Amino acid sequence: MAVQPEIDPATGRTTTGHEWDGIKELNSPLPKWWLYIFYATIVWSIGYWVVYPAWPLVTNYTKGAFGYSSRQEVVRDLDALRALRAERSTALASTPLEEIARNPTLLTFALAQGKAAFGDNCAPCHGLSATGSRGFPNLRDDSWLWGGGIQDIHQTIAYGVRTADDRSRQGVMPALGGPNGVLKTDEIVTVANYVRSLSGQSTRPGADLAKGKELFIANCAACHGEDGRGNRDLGAPNLTGHNWVYGSDEKTIIETITQGRGAVMPGWAGRLDETTVKALAVYVHALGGGQ
Amino acid sequence: MSLWNKHAIFEKNSIVLTVGILVVVSIGGLVEIAPLFYLRSTIEKVEGVRPYTPLELAGRAIYVREGCYNCHSQMVRPLRDEVERYGHYSLAAESMYDKPFQWGSKRTGPDLARVGGKYSDEWHVAHLANPRSIVPQSIMPGYAFLARAEIRPEQVEGHLRSNRLGGVPYTDEQIANALTDLRAQVNPDSPHVQALQVRYPGATVRAFGGNPAATINGTVTEMDALVAYLQVLGTMVDFRTYDARANMR
Repeated sequence: MAVQPEIDPATGRTTTGHEWDGIKELNSPLPKWWLYIFYATIVWSIGYWVVYPAWPLVTNYTKGAFGYSSRQEVVRDLDALRALRAERSTALASTPLEEIARNPTLLTFALAQGKAAFGDNCAPCHGLSATGSRGFPNLRDDSWLWGGGIQDIHQTIAYGVRTADDRSRQGVMPALGGPNGVLKTDEIVTVANYVRSLSGQSTRPGADLAKGKELFIANCAACHGEDGRGNRDLGAPNLTGHNWVYGSDEKTIIETITQGRGAVMPGWAGRLDETTVKALAVYVHALGGGQ
Repeated sequence: MSLWNKHAIFEKNSIVLTVGILVVVSIGGLVEIAPLFYLRSTIEKVEGVRPYTPLELAGRAIYVREGCYNCHSQMVRPLRDEVERYGHYSLAAESMYDKPFQWGSKRTGPDLARVGGKYSDEWHVAHLANPRSIVPQSIMPGYAFLARAEIRPEQVEGHLRSNRLGGVPYTDEQIANALTDLRAQVNPDSPHVQALQVRYPGATVRAFGGNPAATINGTVTEMDALVAYLQVLGTMVDFRTYDARANMR
């Protein structure tokens, strides 16, 4: 097609020869700056192929002159992070739990690391401010199910509560109600009212507290103690105080006695490294309830 | 202007242009996608990854049905801050039995690739029923109905079967025992627990949805299934024995 290009008289440029309802398209060249950047990106991409992983081969791919790998990079980043924290991490790892509080620099480090780890791992259950919610204990008060000493807290965090680990906290509140239960429904109401009386709460009019005490001694005292003050070796809560994991209203206590409780806390020793678990223990101990 | 004249063929014939576009785009696609099917390093060789149990698979279907992926990804990227927060970066092998995979970077909620074992079953049950009862600042919707909705027994076997069509290596034995396995996994006293754990090594058995009385009768709720699925996420590979150096890329 040896068509002579038509020149547009107004601009002096050639037209593409296309015509739509009398309107013709100018054959304008691409702007020079745009064209050269376009060529430059092509040249750049060749450089990219050379230095970075690029082309697939039969069973492998070109690794590139830099040997870049995103997995290698994250290992390097983590190593750098460990190196940055190395001095204090080592100090934290080698200092016994009880002595960390005596070293202000180390304590600051442990509290900072503990706070960050708490937010990521513990806050979903115990709350951002560690005040807990129904079924998830408040960590700021003086009541501890498994002990509030820093060693106790550390053990609970590291191995959890009622997990498969041998070192985890064990002990279950059995279900005493139900069709095959030890206690009948009316007996459970009687015990529940006695339990409420232990912490000075109001009881149902006409509740037989003497009978309640008798049932309590027979069925509950083995774990909670004759005085109801609990047993931290078994995770049996103190029933004479004001802090309740599930609630102190009659309905909740009846539910607890009837169906039992056996909440689980995961152990963190496998998921977090040793110094992080230690830092968490220091942080939780320092929240206010530590003993 | 000879080049121009050739180009005009594409501009003046829509079919030729369409075919031309298809050819160019498929070259890009082939170069990026096809090698993934034959490159050795695409999926690492990793110990421990097994197909989901029928219960976990049912939970996964609920996860997809409820659109959990709209807010939660399941992919820990190889970046320092993600590894610090969520644990080891995700391996391709960990989602090789996910049809479809749940990767992504859209995180209105946290990444769930390693949520398994991070919280207790009670937490999941309470949190799914009413997220704000436990996490006051949460904007997640509640899914309380899951505890009342029963898994339909007639669907369990077919679900494994359709996954096998998609490439998950379920055996005939696993498919035949799907319903028994589904019920056994929520009932530690079931006589079928051992067989379940032979078919699916490392499967944990307990009343995930927190209703032991119902599970003894063979009733499995969607809550059981979803919690079982969440509790297995990211737990199949033991990273204490995993050799990261062997799979650098």
